[in-house]
Amino acid sequence: MSDWTDKRPMSPHTSIWKWHLTMASSILHRVTGVGNYLGIFVVVAWLFATAAGPDYYEPLAALTGSIWGQLILFGFTLSISYHLVNGFRHLMMDTGAGYKPKFASFTAALALVVAVMIAVAVWLLSGLVPGVDPLNMTGAA
Amino acid sequence: MSKESIRTPLGKVRGLGSAKHGAGHFIKQRVSAIALLFLVPWFLISLIGAVRGGYDHALAWLADPINAVLTLLAVGGALYHMRLGMQVVVEDYIGKHSTKNFLLIVNTFICVVLFVAAAYAVLKVAAI
Repeated sequence: MSDWTDKRPMSPHTSIWKWHLTMASSILHRVTGVGNYLGIFVVVAWLFATAAGPDYYEPLAALTGSIWGQLILFGFTLSISYHLVNGFRHLMMDTGAGYKPKFASFTAALALVVAVMIAVAVWLLSGLVPGVDPLNMTGAA
Repeated sequence: MSKESIRTPLGKVRGLGSAKHGAGHFIKQRVSAIALLFLVPWFLISLIGAVRGGYDHALAWLADPINAVLTLLAVGGALYHMRLGMQVVVEDYIGKHSTKNFLLIVNTFICVVLFVAAAYAVLKVAAI
């Protein structure tokens, strides 16, 4: 930020702030927002490939089906899950509720735990992980 | 202290203050968030079902009228929401006027292009 010449007061920066949960949750909300921004490129590519035909669909399916593709898709699931859960927390706080420091820290931690649980549950229960399909979603005997 | 303005001399010369669009941005961000609270979980679960059966299954899924409409709503809503969100990120971190404006325009272009691509794809499959 070397070209920032504005002398007016600015928000306190991370270097002089003690880390706390609500701050981490705020930063993570923004990070996952940017993550979702990148992730939707894959979604639109999938829609486009579906419309364009098997010649486009199959290479994309091979890419997303590879181990790196799967890791990225799981990261995208985590990112969506957190932004969704913490976004709900934001909307609740927009009503003026939940600002007492201890409670705000609690909901920040809760959002993180719930988000990870949702992402893991989606993958384990939907049969996306080979060999793990407790609800028999893939229809195997 | 209280008499001292925090406005820059350049800001005074230009006569610019608030752009008067802050509240509108705030509300749009949250209204789209409320819609996405419902659309995204549906899209995530439905999409997982759609990708599991190969190309023909994906095509059949997208051709279903309900799936097509909800997909367009979910993707359109997400793109609208993320254009607003990325705008704030750029405005927060990019101080240089020209770079900032360039990135804001790129952000808008990206979201419009992605929406047109998604709309074309969904309508091509579903609107026969």
